[in-house]
Amino acid sequence: MLLGVSRMIFVAVGTQLPFDRLIRTMDEWASALPGRDVFAQIAGGSYVPKHIQWARSMLPEDFQSKLEHCQLLVAHAGIGSILSALELGKPVIVLPRQAELGEHRNDHQLATAKRFGARGMVRVAQNEKELCQLLDQFETPVSETRITNQASPELIRNLRQFISQATISQRGA
Amino acid sequence: MSERRAKILAVSSGGGHWVQLQRLRPAFVGHHVTFVTVGPCDTTAVSPDPVKLIPDANARTPFRMVWLLFRMAWIVLRIRPDVVITTGAAPGYWAIRFGRWCGAKTVFIDSIANAEHLSFSGRLSLGRADVTLTQWSDLAQDQGPCFWGSVV
Repeated sequence: MLLGVSRMIFVAVGTQLPFDRLIRTMDEWASALPGRDVFAQIAGGSYVPKHIQWARSMLPEDFQSKLEHCQLLVAHAGIGSILSALELGKPVIVLPRQAELGEHRNDHQLATAKRFGARGMVRVAQNEKELCQLLDQFETPVSETRITNQASPELIRNLRQFISQATISQRGA
Repeated sequence: MSERRAKILAVSSGGGHWVQLQRLRPAFVGHHVTFVTVGPCDTTAVSPDPVKLIPDANARTPFRMVWLLFRMAWIVLRIRPDVVITTGAAPGYWAIRFGRWCGAKTVFIDSIANAEHLSFSGRLSLGRADVTLTQWSDLAQDQGPCFWGSVV
């Protein structure tokens, strides 16, 4: 381990919905590794962790600070969590929420996980067992994706053109 | 002939929608932009551009939705934007409705989270926004939504 590099694992479920399946799995995984630094943001979950530090909600600046200091983000497959971590070059493991387990209104997180996973931007755990396997494998870190904090040049260019045209047509009107 | 600086209203709900909206900032350079999002959020993230906060509402919170409606109408009337750009969801839809009544040109960008079909607010925006965008090229259709690129 490099000096000064945090080994903290940050676990986040987003602001809106609880995700007990993720928190329980992380708590049980950490229980076998005393001293492993894990911090979980658990929202309104009914499962309260026994082996890791936790908070229900976090101020945006505290969330950002935890992300900056973590070694790995383990999260639901929410876009906010994924993009925020990738902008900082942090590796991400996602466990998608499933509608049939009452974890979300629909299964869009399965699609998000699949698409970002296919691009090699996140690692996807399909279930709790796979999550533990990915966590155990992660003990040997590998190089990771870092994204910029900007949209694709294509989208920026198209929007700039739209704004420019809108301004001209309104002046002419 | 130099181009006039546009007044842009950039709108989103919280969480991932707000993260996606911030990634569009290079498109706003040289114009006057006001951000509108749900609090609490880190408003310094888009400093020095101003941020107006709105209540968090969705289809399951009808009373807050009414409050959101009035607040959004007020913001749009005060700013009189030339352009409204949103990354969803409900607040963006309303910003587009009010924006068009004021003569603004409007773009609804459906969240990148909607990889299999357009969101509910995205479907509502079809035909109401000047342009409705998906961030997945395979979801684009001739009758809309269009694909203009993605936030990643």
